[in-house]
Amino acid sequence: MYWNPGAEKTPIKDLREIQERKLKALVHNVYYYSPFYRKKFREAGINPWDIEGLKDLKKLPFTKKPDLRDNYPFGMFAMPLSQIVRFHASSGTTGKPTVVGYTDNDIKVWVESMCRSLTACSVERDDTIQISYGYGLFTGGLGFHYAGEKLGATVLPTSAGNTQRQIELMRDLKSTVFACTPSYMLYLSEYAASIGISIENDTDLRMGIFGAEPWSEETRKRIEDKAGIDAYDVYGTSELSGPLFTECTEKNGIHIWADQFIAEIVDEEGEPVGEGEKGELVVTTIAKEAMPLIRWKTGDITVLEEEKCACGRTHPRIMRIMGRADDMLIVRGVNVFPSQIEHVLMQVPEAGDHYMIILDRAQDGLDVMTIQVEVNEEAFSDKVSDILELSKKISNNLKSVLNVSARVEVVNPGTLQRFEGKAKRVIDNRKL
Amino acid sequence: MDEKIIKQVSIFVENKPGRLAAVTEILYRAKINIRAFTIAEAGDFGIIRMVVDKTDDAHRLLKENGFTVSLTRVLGVEVEDEPGGMFKIAKALGNEGINIEYVYAFTSGVERAMIILRVDDIEKATDVLEKEGVLFKGEVP
Ligand SMILES: [Zn+2]
Repeated sequence: MYWNPGAEKTPIKDLREIQERKLKALVHNVYYYSPFYRKKFREAGINPWDIEGLKDLKKLPFTKKPDLRDNYPFGMFAMPLSQIVRFHASSGTTGKPTVVGYTDNDIKVWVESMCRSLTACSVERDDTIQISYGYGLFTGGLGFHYAGEKLGATVLPTSAGNTQRQIELMRDLKSTVFACTPSYMLYLSEYAASIGISIENDTDLRMGIFGAEPWSEETRKRIEDKAGIDAYDVYGTSELSGPLFTECTEKNGIHIWADQFIAEIVDEEGEPVGEGEKGELVVTTIAKEAMPLIRWKTGDITVLEEEKCACGRTHPRIMRIMGRADDMLIVRGVNVFPSQIEHVLMQVPEAGDHYMIILDRAQDGLDVMTIQVEVNEEAFSDKVSDILELSKKISNNLKSVLNVSARVEVVNPGTLQRFEGKAKRVIDNRKL
Repeated sequence: MDEKIIKQVSIFVENKPGRLAAVTEILYRAKINIRAFTIAEAGDFGIIRMVVDKTDDAHRLLKENGFTVSLTRVLGVEVEDEPGGMFKIAKALGNEGINIEYVYAFTSGVERAMIILRVDDIEKATDVLEKEGVLFKGEVP
Protein backbone atom coordinates (compact mmCIF):
# COMPACT_ATOMS: atom_id res chain seq x y z
CA MET A 1 0.00 0.00 0.00
CA TYR A 2 1.16 3.48 -0.86
CA TRP A 3 -0.20 6.80 0.32
CA ASN A 4 1.10 8.70 -2.67
CA PRO A 5 2.28 6.09 -5.19
CA GLY A 6 3.34 8.63 -7.80
CA ALA A 7 5.65 10.38 -5.38
CA GLU A 8 6.85 7.29 -3.55
CA LYS A 9 7.79 5.38 -6.70
CA THR A 10 9.30 8.30 -8.62
CA PRO A 11 12.30 6.98 -10.57
CA ILE A 12 15.57 7.76 -8.79
CA LYS A 13 16.77 9.89 -11.72
CA ASP A 14 13.65 12.04 -11.45
CA LEU A 15 14.05 12.34 -7.69
CA ARG A 16 17.55 13.73 -8.27
CA GLU A 17 16.18 16.30 -10.65
CA ILE A 18 13.48 17.33 -8.20
CA GLN A 19 16.15 17.71 -5.52
CA GLU A 20 18.36 19.84 -7.79
CA ARG A 21 15.55 22.18 -8.71
CA LYS A 22 14.38 22.55 -5.13
CA LEU A 23 17.91 22.97 -3.79
CA LYS A 24 18.66 25.80 -6.21
CA ALA A 25 15.41 27.54 -5.31
CA LEU A 26 16.16 27.03 -1.62
CA VAL A 27 19.58 28.69 -1.64
CA HIS A 28 18.19 31.72 -3.42
CA ASN A 29 15.25 31.87 -1.07
CA VAL A 30 17.28 31.71 2.14
CA TYR A 31 19.87 34.10 0.78
CA TYR A 32 17.21 36.74 0.30
CA TYR A 33 14.86 35.99 3.15
CA SER A 34 16.85 34.45 6.01
CA PRO A 35 19.22 36.92 7.70
CA PHE A 36 20.99 33.96 9.27
CA TYR A 37 21.78 32.21 5.98
CA ARG A 38 22.67 35.38 4.12
CA LYS A 39 25.30 36.08 6.77
CA LYS A 40 26.44 32.49 6.77
CA PHE A 41 26.77 32.36 2.96
CA ARG A 42 28.66 35.63 2.91
CA GLU A 43 31.07 34.40 5.58
CA ALA A 44 31.65 31.26 3.53
CA GLY A 45 32.07 33.31 0.35
CA ILE A 46 29.11 31.65 -1.32
CA ASN A 47 26.79 33.23 -3.84
CA PRO A 48 23.45 31.45 -4.50
CA TRP A 49 24.41 31.25 -8.18
CA ASP A 50 27.38 29.07 -7.25
CA ILE A 51 25.03 26.22 -6.44
CA GLU A 52 24.25 24.70 -9.80
CA GLY A 53 23.15 21.30 -8.63
CA LEU A 54 23.49 18.50 -6.12
CA LYS A 55 27.21 18.30 -6.88
CA ASP A 56 27.61 21.69 -5.20
CA LEU A 57 25.76 20.71 -2.03
CA LYS A 58 29.03 20.08 -0.22
CA LYS A 59 30.08 23.70 -0.77
CA LEU A 60 27.29 24.82 1.52
CA PRO A 61 28.02 25.39 5.21
CA PHE A 62 26.51 23.12 7.85
CA THR A 63 23.77 24.25 10.20
CA LYS A 64 24.26 23.12 13.78
CA LYS A 65 22.35 23.08 17.03
CA PRO A 66 24.09 26.18 18.46
CA ASP A 67 22.92 28.15 15.42
CA LEU A 68 19.34 27.55 16.55
CA ARG A 69 20.08 28.58 20.09
CA ASP A 70 22.08 31.65 19.10
CA ASN A 71 19.31 32.83 16.80
CA TYR A 72 16.50 32.22 19.25
CA PRO A 73 13.68 32.96 18.76
CA PHE A 74 13.16 34.12 15.16
CA GLY A 75 16.62 34.58 13.64
CA MET A 76 16.39 31.39 11.57
CA PHE A 77 13.00 32.15 10.09
CA ALA A 78 12.71 32.83 6.36
CA MET A 79 9.05 33.84 6.56
CA PRO A 80 7.30 36.72 8.29
CA LEU A 81 5.60 35.81 11.56
CA SER A 82 2.20 36.46 10.02
CA GLN A 83 2.70 33.32 7.94
CA ILE A 84 3.57 31.11 10.91
CA VAL A 85 0.71 28.90 12.06
CA ARG A 86 2.45 26.92 14.78
CA PHE A 87 5.48 26.82 17.02
CA HIS A 88 7.16 23.86 18.62
CA ALA A 89 10.00 24.28 21.07
CA SER A 90 12.47 22.07 22.82
CA SER A 91 13.59 22.72 26.35
CA GLY A 92 16.86 24.53 26.72
CA THR A 93 19.58 22.25 27.93
CA THR A 94 22.20 24.91 28.28
CA GLY A 95 19.94 27.86 28.92
CA LYS A 96 18.10 28.92 25.82
CA PRO A 97 15.44 26.74 24.24
CA THR A 98 15.19 26.22 20.51
CA VAL A 99 12.07 27.08 18.60
CA VAL A 100 10.77 25.82 15.27
CA GLY A 101 8.07 27.62 13.29
CA TYR A 102 5.72 26.14 10.70
CA THR A 103 3.72 27.71 7.92
CA ASP A 104 0.43 26.18 6.88
CA ASN A 105 2.27 24.47 4.06
CA ASP A 106 4.99 23.18 6.39
CA ILE A 107 2.31 21.41 8.42
CA LYS A 108 0.87 19.96 5.20
CA VAL A 109 4.28 18.69 4.11
CA TRP A 110 4.88 17.19 7.55
CA VAL A 111 1.51 15.45 7.51
CA GLU A 112 2.14 14.21 3.96
CA SER A 113 5.47 12.77 5.05
CA MET A 114 3.96 10.99 8.02
CA CYS A 115 0.99 9.74 5.98
CA ARG A 116 3.37 8.13 3.50
CA SER A 117 5.39 6.66 6.36
CA LEU A 118 2.46 5.32 8.35
CA THR A 119 1.04 3.75 5.21
CA ALA A 120 4.44 2.25 4.44
CA CYS A 121 4.41 0.45 7.78
CA SER A 122 0.84 -0.76 7.15
CA VAL A 123 -1.28 1.68 9.15
CA GLU A 124 -4.66 2.24 7.46
CA ARG A 125 -8.14 3.67 7.88
CA ASP A 126 -9.40 0.78 9.96
CA ASP A 127 -6.70 1.22 12.58
CA THR A 128 -6.98 2.90 15.94
CA ILE A 129 -3.70 4.64 16.74
CA GLN A 130 -2.98 5.21 20.38
CA ILE A 131 -0.46 8.01 20.58
CA SER A 132 1.54 7.88 23.74
CA TYR A 133 4.19 10.39 22.69
CA GLY A 134 3.98 13.66 24.56
CA TYR A 135 1.64 16.30 23.20
CA GLY A 136 2.47 19.97 23.46
CA LEU A 137 5.73 21.69 22.67
CA PHE A 138 7.25 18.30 21.92
CA THR A 139 6.57 17.33 18.31
CA GLY A 140 5.96 13.61 18.86
CA GLY A 141 2.29 13.62 19.80
CA LEU A 142 0.97 16.12 17.27
CA GLY A 143 3.22 14.76 14.51
CA PHE A 144 1.47 11.40 14.69
CA HIS A 145 -1.89 12.89 15.47
CA TYR A 146 -2.56 14.90 12.33
CA ALA A 147 -1.24 12.19 10.03
CA GLY A 148 -3.40 9.60 11.78
CA GLU A 149 -6.50 11.70 11.25
CA LYS A 150 -5.58 12.49 7.66
CA LEU A 151 -5.27 8.77 6.96
CA GLY A 152 -8.79 8.36 8.23
CA ALA A 153 -7.65 6.18 11.10
CA THR A 154 -9.02 6.67 14.60
CA VAL A 155 -6.68 8.59 16.83
CA LEU A 156 -6.53 8.00 20.58
CA PRO A 157 -4.42 10.86 21.93
CA THR A 158 -3.45 9.47 25.32
CA SER A 159 -0.16 11.37 25.41
CA ALA A 160 2.57 10.08 27.72
CA GLY A 161 2.23 8.62 31.19
CA ASN A 162 -0.42 6.89 33.32
CA THR A 163 0.42 3.36 32.27
CA GLN A 164 -2.61 1.77 33.92
CA ARG A 165 -4.96 3.97 31.94
CA GLN A 166 -2.98 3.47 28.73
CA ILE A 167 -3.50 -0.27 29.06
CA GLU A 168 -7.19 -0.02 29.96
CA LEU A 169 -7.91 2.31 27.04
CA MET A 170 -5.86 0.12 24.72
CA ARG A 171 -8.00 -2.85 25.68
CA ASP A 172 -11.39 -1.13 25.86
CA LEU A 173 -11.10 1.07 22.76
CA LYS A 174 -9.38 -1.68 20.79
CA SER A 175 -6.23 0.19 19.79
CA THR A 176 -4.43 -1.59 16.98
CA VAL A 177 -1.37 0.68 16.69
CA PHE A 178 0.66 2.07 19.57
CA ALA A 179 3.20 4.88 19.25
CA CYS A 180 5.70 5.51 22.04
CA THR A 181 9.37 5.09 22.92
CA PRO A 182 10.66 1.50 22.75
CA SER A 183 11.61 1.54 26.42
CA TYR A 184 8.12 2.63 27.37
CA MET A 185 6.66 -0.21 25.31
CA LEU A 186 8.79 -2.69 27.24
CA TYR A 187 7.74 -1.14 30.50
CA LEU A 188 4.09 -1.15 29.50
CA SER A 189 4.21 -4.83 28.53
CA GLU A 190 5.66 -5.73 31.91
CA TYR A 191 3.15 -3.56 33.69
CA ALA A 192 0.27 -5.11 31.79
CA ALA A 193 1.49 -8.57 32.76
CA SER A 194 1.72 -7.51 36.39
CA ILE A 195 -1.96 -6.55 36.43
CA GLY A 196 -2.96 -9.72 34.65
CA ILE A 197 -3.42 -8.30 31.14
CA SER A 198 -1.69 -9.88 28.18
CA ILE A 199 -1.11 -7.38 25.37
CA GLU A 200 -1.05 -10.30 22.96
CA ASN A 201 -4.25 -12.02 24.05
CA ASP A 202 -6.34 -9.38 25.76
CA THR A 203 -5.93 -6.44 23.35
CA ASP A 204 -6.28 -5.88 19.60
CA LEU A 205 -2.84 -4.31 19.33
CA ARG A 206 -1.09 -5.51 16.18
CA MET A 207 1.82 -3.12 15.79
CA GLY A 208 3.80 -0.33 17.38
CA ILE A 209 5.86 2.55 16.04
CA PHE A 210 8.75 3.27 18.33
CA GLY A 211 11.34 6.00 18.37
CA ALA A 212 12.67 9.15 20.03
CA GLU A 213 15.55 7.13 21.47
CA PRO A 214 18.09 4.77 19.92
CA TRP A 215 17.16 1.12 20.07
CA SER A 216 18.33 -2.15 18.64
CA GLU A 217 17.21 -5.18 16.67
CA GLU A 218 17.36 -7.16 19.92
CA THR A 219 14.91 -4.75 21.50
CA ARG A 220 12.66 -5.05 18.46
CA LYS A 221 12.65 -8.80 18.89
CA ARG A 222 11.94 -8.51 22.61
CA ILE A 223 9.04 -6.15 22.04
CA GLU A 224 7.61 -8.29 19.28
CA ASP A 225 7.87 -11.49 21.33
CA LYS A 226 6.60 -9.98 24.53
CA ALA A 227 3.61 -8.13 23.10
CA GLY A 228 2.92 -10.26 20.05
CA ILE A 229 3.06 -7.25 17.72
CA ASP A 230 5.12 -5.90 14.82
CA ALA A 231 7.54 -3.18 15.92
CA TYR A 232 8.62 -0.40 13.56
CA ASP A 233 11.26 2.27 13.89
CA VAL A 234 10.44 5.96 13.38
CA TYR A 235 12.83 8.82 12.77
CA GLY A 236 12.57 12.57 12.84
CA THR A 237 13.81 15.46 14.90
CA SER A 238 12.00 18.58 16.01
CA GLU A 239 14.31 20.74 13.90
CA LEU A 240 13.25 18.89 10.76
CA SER A 241 9.57 19.11 11.86
CA GLY A 242 9.11 16.16 14.20
CA PRO A 243 8.47 12.48 13.53
CA LEU A 244 8.67 12.14 9.74
CA PHE A 245 9.91 8.77 8.55
CA THR A 246 9.28 5.18 9.49
CA GLU A 247 10.40 1.81 8.27
CA CYS A 248 8.33 0.16 5.60
CA THR A 249 7.07 -3.36 6.18
CA GLU A 250 10.42 -4.70 4.93
CA LYS A 251 11.88 -3.57 8.29
CA ASN A 252 15.12 -2.84 6.54
CA GLY A 253 15.74 0.88 6.88
CA ILE A 254 13.71 4.05 7.22
CA HIS A 255 12.64 5.78 3.99
CA ILE A 256 13.62 9.44 3.79
CA TRP A 257 11.29 11.23 1.36
CA ALA A 258 13.76 12.57 -1.17
CA ASP A 259 11.36 15.06 -2.71
CA GLN A 260 11.23 16.82 0.67
CA PHE A 261 14.62 16.17 2.18
CA ILE A 262 18.17 15.64 0.94
CA ALA A 263 20.08 13.21 3.15
CA GLU A 264 23.87 12.99 3.25
CA ILE A 265 26.28 11.09 5.47
CA VAL A 266 29.47 12.87 6.52
CA ASP A 267 32.50 11.88 8.56
CA GLU A 268 33.89 13.68 11.60
CA GLU A 269 35.57 16.27 9.37
CA GLY A 270 32.30 16.93 7.55
CA GLU A 271 33.44 15.19 4.36
CA PRO A 272 31.01 12.88 2.55
CA VAL A 273 31.68 9.23 3.41
CA GLY A 274 31.94 6.48 0.82
CA GLU A 275 28.93 4.49 -0.28
CA GLY A 276 27.50 2.38 2.54
CA GLU A 277 29.85 3.81 5.14
CA LYS A 278 28.57 5.06 8.45
CA GLY A 279 28.73 8.65 9.53
CA GLU A 280 26.61 11.52 10.72
CA LEU A 281 23.29 12.10 9.04
CA VAL A 282 23.02 15.57 7.51
CA VAL A 283 19.67 16.73 6.16
CA THR A 284 18.69 19.64 3.93
CA THR A 285 15.01 20.52 3.98
CA ILE A 286 13.88 21.35 0.45
CA ALA A 287 10.17 21.65 1.16
CA LYS A 288 10.07 23.71 4.32
CA GLU A 289 9.15 27.38 4.25
CA ALA A 290 9.20 28.89 7.72
CA MET A 291 12.52 27.53 8.88
CA PRO A 292 14.39 25.77 6.10
CA LEU A 293 17.62 24.13 7.16
CA ILE A 294 20.64 23.69 4.97
CA ARG A 295 22.88 20.74 5.76
CA TRP A 296 21.46 20.29 9.25
CA LYS A 297 23.80 18.15 11.33
CA THR A 298 21.47 15.75 13.09
CA GLY A 299 24.17 14.31 15.31
CA ASP A 300 22.84 10.84 14.53
CA ILE A 301 25.21 8.18 13.25
CA THR A 302 23.83 5.90 10.57
CA VAL A 303 24.31 4.44 7.09
CA LEU A 304 22.49 5.55 3.93
CA GLU A 305 21.13 2.96 1.53
CA GLU A 306 20.21 4.38 -1.88
CA GLU A 307 19.20 1.16 -3.63
CA LYS A 308 15.54 0.83 -4.46
CA CYS A 309 13.72 -0.98 -1.67
CA ALA A 310 11.93 -4.31 -2.04
CA CYS A 311 8.73 -2.47 -1.10
CA GLY A 312 8.89 -0.64 -4.42
CA ARG A 313 9.76 2.76 -2.98
CA THR A 314 12.65 4.52 -4.67
CA HIS A 315 13.46 6.87 -1.80
CA PRO A 316 16.72 6.26 0.08
CA ARG A 317 16.74 4.64 3.48
CA ILE A 318 18.73 5.28 6.62
CA MET A 319 19.62 2.25 8.69
CA ARG A 320 19.15 2.07 12.43
CA ILE A 321 20.67 4.99 14.32
CA MET A 322 23.87 3.66 15.87
CA GLY A 323 24.54 6.50 18.26
CA ARG A 324 25.10 10.19 18.65
CA ALA A 325 27.87 12.19 17.14
CA ASP A 326 28.14 14.58 20.04
CA ASP A 327 27.96 14.12 23.75
CA MET A 328 24.24 14.11 24.10
CA LEU A 329 22.92 11.04 25.79
CA ILE A 330 19.47 9.70 25.23
CA VAL A 331 18.24 8.03 28.36
CA ARG A 332 14.78 6.52 28.22
CA GLY A 333 13.95 8.82 25.36
CA VAL A 334 15.04 11.93 27.23
CA ASN A 335 17.96 14.03 26.03
CA VAL A 336 20.60 14.30 28.71
CA PHE A 337 23.74 16.38 28.48
CA PRO A 338 26.68 15.52 30.74
CA SER A 339 27.05 19.24 31.31
CA GLN A 340 23.66 19.28 33.02
CA ILE A 341 24.78 16.53 35.37
CA GLU A 342 27.99 18.34 36.15
CA HIS A 343 25.99 21.46 36.85
CA VAL A 344 23.76 19.65 39.35
CA LEU A 345 26.72 18.10 41.13
CA MET A 346 28.46 21.42 41.39
CA GLN A 347 25.51 22.79 43.34
CA VAL A 348 25.94 20.14 46.04
CA PRO A 349 28.76 21.07 48.42
CA GLU A 350 29.10 17.53 49.80
CA ALA A 351 29.81 16.19 46.32
CA GLY A 352 33.36 16.14 45.03
CA ASP A 353 34.45 17.40 41.62
CA HIS A 354 34.85 14.04 39.96
CA TYR A 355 32.06 11.99 38.59
CA MET A 356 31.24 9.30 36.05
CA ILE A 357 28.06 8.61 34.11
CA ILE A 358 27.36 4.95 33.51
CA LEU A 359 24.56 3.85 31.24
CA ASP A 360 23.26 0.32 31.25
CA ARG A 361 20.27 -1.33 29.77
CA ALA A 362 18.49 -3.44 32.34
CA GLN A 363 17.04 -6.81 31.57
CA ASP A 364 13.61 -5.27 31.03
CA GLY A 365 15.04 -3.01 28.32
CA LEU A 366 14.91 0.18 30.34
CA ASP A 367 17.93 2.45 30.48
CA VAL A 368 19.59 2.75 33.85
CA MET A 369 21.77 5.76 34.49
CA THR A 370 24.22 5.60 37.36
CA ILE A 371 26.12 8.64 38.49
CA GLN A 372 29.21 7.88 40.51
CA VAL A 373 30.36 10.83 42.51
CA GLU A 374 33.14 11.21 45.00
CA VAL A 375 32.11 12.32 48.43
CA ASN A 376 33.78 15.47 49.61
CA GLU A 377 36.18 14.46 52.39
CA GLU A 378 35.18 17.37 54.59
CA ALA A 379 31.57 16.36 54.36
CA PHE A 380 32.06 12.77 55.47
CA SER A 381 30.26 11.98 58.70
CA ASP A 382 30.21 8.47 60.03
CA LYS A 383 26.46 8.20 59.74
CA VAL A 384 25.05 5.97 57.03
CA SER A 385 21.94 8.10 56.91
CA ASP A 386 23.98 11.19 56.00
CA ILE A 387 25.45 9.47 52.98
CA LEU A 388 22.14 7.96 51.95
CA GLU A 389 20.63 11.41 52.27
CA LEU A 390 23.39 12.86 50.14
CA SER A 391 22.76 10.34 47.35
CA LYS A 392 19.06 10.98 47.64
CA LYS A 393 19.54 14.73 47.46
CA ILE A 394 21.73 14.46 44.37
CA SER A 395 19.32 11.98 42.83
CA ASN A 396 16.34 14.29 43.42
CA ASN A 397 18.18 17.29 42.02
CA LEU A 398 19.18 15.33 38.94
CA LYS A 399 15.64 14.11 38.42
CA SER A 400 14.23 17.61 38.56
CA VAL A 401 16.75 18.96 36.06
CA LEU A 402 17.01 16.01 33.68
CA ASN A 403 13.42 14.71 33.83
CA VAL A 404 14.82 11.23 34.10
CA SER A 405 15.91 9.42 37.21
CA ALA A 406 19.45 8.42 38.01
CA ARG A 407 21.01 6.08 40.52
CA VAL A 408 23.62 7.88 42.57
CA GLU A 409 26.60 6.00 43.90
CA VAL A 410 28.79 7.86 46.35
CA VAL A 411 32.38 6.70 46.18
CA ASN A 412 35.63 7.32 47.99
CA PRO A 413 37.57 10.46 47.01
CA GLY A 414 40.38 9.76 44.60
CA THR A 415 38.90 6.54 43.26
CA LEU A 416 37.34 7.81 40.05
CA GLN A 417 39.40 8.18 36.93
CA ARG A 418 41.13 11.51 36.32
CA PHE A 419 41.46 12.87 32.80
CA GLU A 420 43.94 15.04 31.08
CA GLY A 421 42.38 17.03 28.29
CA LYS A 422 38.92 16.05 27.28
CA ALA A 423 37.28 13.99 29.98
CA LYS A 424 35.52 10.80 29.03
CA ARG A 425 33.06 10.66 31.82
CA VAL A 426 30.44 8.59 30.07
CA ILE A 427 30.51 4.82 29.98
CA ASP A 428 27.69 3.64 27.78
CA ASN A 429 27.23 -0.10 28.22
CA ARG A 430 23.98 -0.14 26.29
CA LYS A 431 24.27 -2.25 23.20
CA LEU A 432 22.32 -0.29 20.67
CA MET B 1 34.83 14.88 80.97
CA ASP B 2 36.70 14.44 77.70
CA GLU B 3 38.69 11.52 79.02
CA LYS B 4 35.40 9.67 79.26
CA ILE B 5 34.79 10.03 75.58
CA ILE B 6 36.28 7.63 73.08
CA LYS B 7 37.47 8.67 69.66
CA GLN B 8 36.20 6.15 67.16
CA VAL B 9 37.74 5.82 63.72
CA SER B 10 35.10 5.84 60.96
CA ILE B 11 36.05 4.85 57.44
CA PHE B 12 34.00 5.17 54.28
CA VAL B 13 34.36 2.06 52.15
CA GLU B 14 32.79 1.14 48.86
CA ASN B 15 31.19 -2.24 48.84
CA LYS B 16 33.91 -3.87 46.77
CA PRO B 17 36.04 -6.95 47.36
CA GLY B 18 39.30 -6.26 49.11
CA ARG B 19 38.41 -2.98 50.77
CA LEU B 20 38.15 -4.42 54.27
CA ALA B 21 41.39 -6.30 53.76
CA ALA B 22 43.10 -3.08 52.67
CA VAL B 23 41.99 -1.26 55.80
CA THR B 24 42.97 -4.00 58.20
CA GLU B 25 46.29 -4.58 56.51
CA ILE B 26 47.32 -0.99 57.07
CA LEU B 27 46.52 -1.33 60.76
CA TYR B 28 48.21 -4.68 61.06
CA ARG B 29 51.44 -3.43 59.50
CA ALA B 30 51.49 -0.51 61.93
CA LYS B 31 50.83 -2.93 64.82
CA ILE B 32 47.61 -1.15 65.69
CA ASN B 33 45.24 -3.27 67.69
CA ILE B 34 41.51 -3.22 67.00
CA ARG B 35 39.43 -3.25 70.18
CA ALA B 36 35.97 -2.94 68.73
CA PHE B 37 34.84 -3.18 65.17
CA THR B 38 31.64 -2.98 63.17
CA ILE B 39 30.53 -2.33 59.61
CA ALA B 40 27.36 -0.45 58.80
CA GLU B 41 26.51 -1.63 55.32
CA ALA B 42 24.15 0.21 52.98
CA GLY B 43 24.17 -1.26 49.52
CA ASP B 44 26.87 0.41 47.48
CA PHE B 45 28.94 1.48 50.41
CA GLY B 46 29.58 0.83 54.06
CA ILE B 47 31.08 2.58 57.01
CA ILE B 48 33.63 0.80 59.12
CA ARG B 49 33.63 1.94 62.71
CA MET B 50 36.28 0.86 65.09
CA VAL B 51 37.97 1.61 68.32
CA VAL B 52 41.71 1.02 68.24
CA ASP B 53 44.60 1.43 70.64
CA LYS B 54 46.48 4.07 68.63
CA THR B 55 43.69 6.22 67.29
CA ASP B 56 45.72 9.12 65.89
CA ASP B 57 48.16 6.82 64.13
CA ALA B 58 45.33 4.85 62.60
CA HIS B 59 43.61 8.04 61.44
CA ARG B 60 46.75 9.43 59.86
CA LEU B 61 47.81 6.20 58.17
CA LEU B 62 44.41 5.51 56.67
CA LYS B 63 44.17 9.06 55.36
CA GLU B 64 47.60 8.79 53.83
CA ASN B 65 46.43 5.66 52.06
CA GLY B 66 43.56 7.51 50.45
CA PHE B 67 40.68 6.49 52.69
CA THR B 68 37.98 8.89 53.76
CA VAL B 69 38.31 8.82 57.52
CA SER B 70 36.79 10.77 60.33
CA LEU B 71 37.14 10.64 64.06
CA THR B 72 33.85 10.41 65.88
CA ARG B 73 33.24 11.00 69.55
CA VAL B 74 31.45 8.02 71.06
CA LEU B 75 30.86 6.65 74.52
CA GLY B 76 32.25 3.35 75.76
CA VAL B 77 30.37 1.69 78.54
CA GLU B 78 31.23 -1.51 80.28
CA VAL B 79 28.42 -3.60 81.72
CA GLU B 80 27.99 -7.03 83.23
CA ASP B 81 27.61 -9.62 80.53
CA GLU B 82 24.16 -10.60 81.71
CA PRO B 83 20.54 -10.02 80.68
CA GLY B 84 19.40 -6.41 81.01
CA GLY B 85 22.78 -4.75 80.60
CA MET B 86 21.91 -2.97 77.39
CA PHE B 87 18.36 -2.29 78.54
CA LYS B 88 19.56 -0.38 81.57
CA ILE B 89 21.54 2.04 79.44
CA ALA B 90 18.99 2.43 76.69
CA LYS B 91 16.24 3.15 79.23
CA ALA B 92 18.31 5.72 81.13
CA LEU B 93 19.14 7.60 77.93
CA GLY B 94 15.61 7.28 76.57
CA ASN B 95 14.13 8.72 79.75
CA GLU B 96 16.28 11.81 79.28
CA GLY B 97 15.29 12.17 75.63
CA ILE B 98 18.72 11.29 74.33
CA ASN B 99 18.71 9.58 70.96
CA ILE B 100 21.06 6.68 70.34
CA GLU B 101 22.24 7.00 66.77
CA TYR B 102 23.92 3.66 66.73
CA VAL B 103 25.31 1.17 69.11
CA TYR B 104 27.50 -1.87 68.87
CA ALA B 105 28.70 -4.19 71.53
CA PHE B 106 31.12 -7.00 72.12
CA THR B 107 32.09 -9.04 75.08
CA SER B 108 35.54 -8.49 76.48
CA GLY B 109 37.21 -10.86 78.84
CA VAL B 110 35.18 -12.70 81.39
CA GLU B 111 31.63 -11.65 82.12
CA ARG B 112 32.06 -8.11 80.85
CA ALA B 113 30.47 -6.51 77.80
CA MET B 114 31.67 -3.33 76.16
CA ILE B 115 29.11 -1.12 74.50
CA ILE B 116 30.02 1.66 72.08
CA LEU B 117 27.35 4.32 71.67
CA ARG B 118 26.93 7.30 69.44
CA VAL B 119 24.32 9.66 70.81
CA ASP B 120 22.97 12.99 69.68
CA ASP B 121 23.98 14.75 72.91
CA ILE B 122 27.18 13.24 74.17
CA GLU B 123 27.68 15.65 77.11
CA LYS B 124 24.21 15.03 78.51
CA ALA B 125 24.55 11.28 77.93
CA THR B 126 27.79 11.29 79.91
CA ASP B 127 26.00 12.89 82.86
CA VAL B 128 23.09 10.50 82.65
CA LEU B 129 25.23 7.41 82.50
CA GLU B 130 27.49 8.67 85.25
CA LYS B 131 24.45 8.97 87.53
CA GLU B 132 23.49 5.49 86.45
CA GLY B 133 26.87 4.38 87.74
CA VAL B 134 28.06 2.68 84.59
CA LEU B 135 31.72 2.55 83.97
CA PHE B 136 33.23 4.72 81.32
CA LYS B 137 36.09 3.27 79.48
CA GLY B 138 37.36 6.63 78.33
CA GLU B 139 40.26 6.69 75.89
CA VAL B 140 41.19 3.10 75.37
CA PRO B 141 44.68 2.62 76.79
ZN1 LIG C 1 10.77 0.03 1.64
